[in-house]
Amino acid sequence: MAHFSLKINGETREVDVDQDTPLLWVLRDALNLVGTKYGCGIAQCGACTVHLDGNAVRSCTTTVSMVGQSEITTIEGLSEKGDHPLQKAWKEVDVPQCGYCQAGQIMTAAAFLKQNRTPSREDIRAAMHGNICRCAAYNRIEEAVALAAKNH
Amino acid sequence: MRSTTTSTIKRRDFLRVSALTSGGMLIGINFFSSCKPDAAPAVDISLLNFKDFNAYLRIAEDGYVTIFSPNPEIGQGVKTAMPMILAEELDVEWGKVIVEQGKLNTKDFDRQTAGGSQSIRQSWDTLRQTGATARQMLINAAAEKWGVDPATCTTSKGYILNAKGEKLDYGSVATEAAALEVPENVALKDPKDFTIIGTSAVNVDLDKIVTGKPLFGLDYKRDNMVYASVLRPPAFGQTLIKFDDTAAKAVNGVQQVLQFGDKIAVLASNTWAAFKGKNALQATWSDPADLESTEDHNRILTEILDGNRFDTRRDDGDIDKAFTEADQVLERTYHSPFLPHNCMEPMNFFAHVTEKGVELAGPIQTPESTARRVADLLGRDAADVSVEMTRQGGGFGRRLYSDIPLEAAEISDKSGLPVKVVYTREDDMSAGIYRPSVKYRIKASIKDGTVTGYHLKEAAINGNMYGLIPNFFPAAAIPNFRVSTANFQSKITTGAWRAPYTNFLGFAEQAFFDELAELLGKDPVELRIDLLEQAKNNLDDRIQYSPERMIETIRLVAEKGNWGKPPKGVFQGFAAYYSHNTYVAEVAEVMSKNGKPVVTKIIAAVDCGIVVNPTGARNQVQGGVLDGLGHAMYGDLRFINGKPQSNNFNTYRLIRIQETPQVEVHFVPSEESPTGLGEPGLPPAAAAVANAIKASTGQRVYDIPFFNSLQDIKTPS
Ligand code: FES
Ligand code: FES
Repeated sequence: MAHFSLKINGETREVDVDQDTPLLWVLRDALNLVGTKYGCGIAQCGACTVHLDGNAVRSCTTTVSMVGQSEITTIEGLSEKGDHPLQKAWKEVDVPQCGYCQAGQIMTAAAFLKQNRTPSREDIRAAMHGNICRCAAYNRIEEAVALAAKNH
Repeated sequence: MRSTTTSTIKRRDFLRVSALTSGGMLIGINFFSSCKPDAAPAVDISLLNFKDFNAYLRIAEDGYVTIFSPNPEIGQGVKTAMPMILAEELDVEWGKVIVEQGKLNTKDFDRQTAGGSQSIRQSWDTLRQTGATARQMLINAAAEKWGVDPATCTTSKGYILNAKGEKLDYGSVATEAAALEVPENVALKDPKDFTIIGTSAVNVDLDKIVTGKPLFGLDYKRDNMVYASVLRPPAFGQTLIKFDDTAAKAVNGVQQVLQFGDKIAVLASNTWAAFKGKNALQATWSDPADLESTEDHNRILTEILDGNRFDTRRDDGDIDKAFTEADQVLERTYHSPFLPHNCMEPMNFFAHVTEKGVELAGPIQTPESTARRVADLLGRDAADVSVEMTRQGGGFGRRLYSDIPLEAAEISDKSGLPVKVVYTREDDMSAGIYRPSVKYRIKASIKDGTVTGYHLKEAAINGNMYGLIPNFFPAAAIPNFRVSTANFQSKITTGAWRAPYTNFLGFAEQAFFDELAELLGKDPVELRIDLLEQAKNNLDDRIQYSPERMIETIRLVAEKGNWGKPPKGVFQGFAAYYSHNTYVAEVAEVMSKNGKPVVTKIIAAVDCGIVVNPTGARNQVQGGVLDGLGHAMYGDLRFINGKPQSNNFNTYRLIRIQETPQVEVHFVPSEESPTGLGEPGLPPAAAAVANAIKASTGQRVYDIPFFNSLQDIKTPS
């Protein structure tokens, strides 16, 4: 066991976990931030996407000891009132079906839109390609990212 | 306006009404009684209490209406659509409705199952009657207060209005209403006057989903809960000989290791420790000689098709004579592999077994039978078992099965701890209950330019999943018609997968008709319509589809999809399929990308009766179509010596956004009772795509997955 002091969603949180524990399980089991989802554990599906200093990373393959002093943002901390342009667009378009993959989709899109404020449809599809939606809500994911980009 | 049709809730479907201690009215409802004529015995209402009802409607004094949605939500939208139907007849504003997931109580005597696209279809009448009955009671209570005839009162969006222009809100008379007689013969709305049904309502859990609130089984937590990871034999047919858990127990956080049957559970204080502990187990497995490989299956299924030990499912006319007299015969064989469900949320379940009772919580499509099976396993009374249903990260048929809750219950029973079993993706993809591999061989006879005979043979792994198909199209459309099935019993476990019976049959049949049309020199859409016209004259009471509705659906897609008039560079393919009481026709568009055919758009027309929630309905159809496309392109689970050869998304390909075409959905206007949507979009998709691929490259694809065998488009225009 080791002690880590993590900066998450603007707060400092203390945890005692094994060094090799993926950030995903630290968030979910130790800190009760269950919005970040487990889908594959091998960086293939994107369900576990969080931000480290604003960049989208897969928390299932990022161990807690790799995080250091980076600022972690999870879906719970993306906006204070659930009103990030992407969250609003997601509701307007009624994107989710089962909803399980959607936090990861939104976190991937949020980091992407920071880097590309006027994306083309092809840019959006390329940026979102790493996130699997088993319900295949892809048409609406594309539409909602485009809508959020417009309203940004 | 209320129509003149009146409706009485049958005695055993009766509402149980009582006052809430906090003020207001509580109504118990049986959602499914009306559709199960022989399943539920008549009951004496006076003996019923609220435990006996599988859903509730609560009208509080503040006017808010809470509807407990009884059915498991797996992403198919019933948690939104079912309350919409009730709210419509109750005549309240949708914004004042709070929807909560009902719990299973094992004393309920009716079905609470998600599956077969049946939830909406089966509950339509009961939901409407319940809403209308509650509304009438509120009117009666208000009329009594005013001293007027109830017939002079009406309602609007949560208020009762009288002829003098006075109004009372529902909440203010709800307590009084609860004390009144339950009226009979209440009037139902004319569908033309619907204001909630047919308007789009967003998913009721949307806020929670986009902000990451706990909703799913994997998010479920209890005090002192431990996490369990389960090691199972790596190959189907193997058994556990011995194991060494020294290294597993040395993992930080691991608390217990226990064997149950051929499986070993590692219990730990967190998920990661449980996974690590499981990986550290050293197990020795048996090595029987008869482990199965995909190669064996392919050979065996072909042998079955070549042989003659079939069961006949339907036999019209004289099929042998039709083939003897034919001018031309077309025979083709279609293959589909095993498919895992791959719900995005891996399998998991919570159980806590104590002397007092058995608590289960998690994602399950069949809470009722699960409770019964857990009770049997533990030798308990079914009444001791409670099931809390969480939102489910996908179902696709996988969560119809109780295997995971049973594991959780057994582990909790053995350890005495509150346990949550969590599967890794690898566990999830290797644990079985797959869609089985199937081969179809279809043979048709042509005489004088018409199809005279049709013989479909099915060779499937395990049970007769496909026993229901013989009375679908093209039965009745072709005079000499036979369906024959046979199967091979495998050790690999199989079960229902989205659109069971039809997910692959729809492809085989509709790809075959495309080829038949080519041989006849007919337009594929015209061939289908001609055959359906013929079917109109030959319907018997076993036939399960309406040719009229299918024709209308086909015409709609032909119009919306500009059938026969593709833009430059676009190749079209057509397919139509009836399943789960719903009619779907699709046009797929393919274009060339670096010479290869790429699906760029799919247009779907759907007749599912009245569309309750248009946004939700569109979402369901889009998902079904893309699921059909994705698995046709990439789906393939192979076995070597009983062991699945893919176990995660690096070796098992699912469709991703860049491979996704636009899916456009059109609904046939209808006043028929609604039917299901979770599945029917899927079966025609693969065929529409295969037929478009043929139009683009000249190549016919017969085997799923398509992707590995796609040829180049020879003359891109
Ligand atoms: S769980 Fe991390 S990418 Fe799938
Ligand atoms: S909404 Fe179900 S996996 Fe994306």
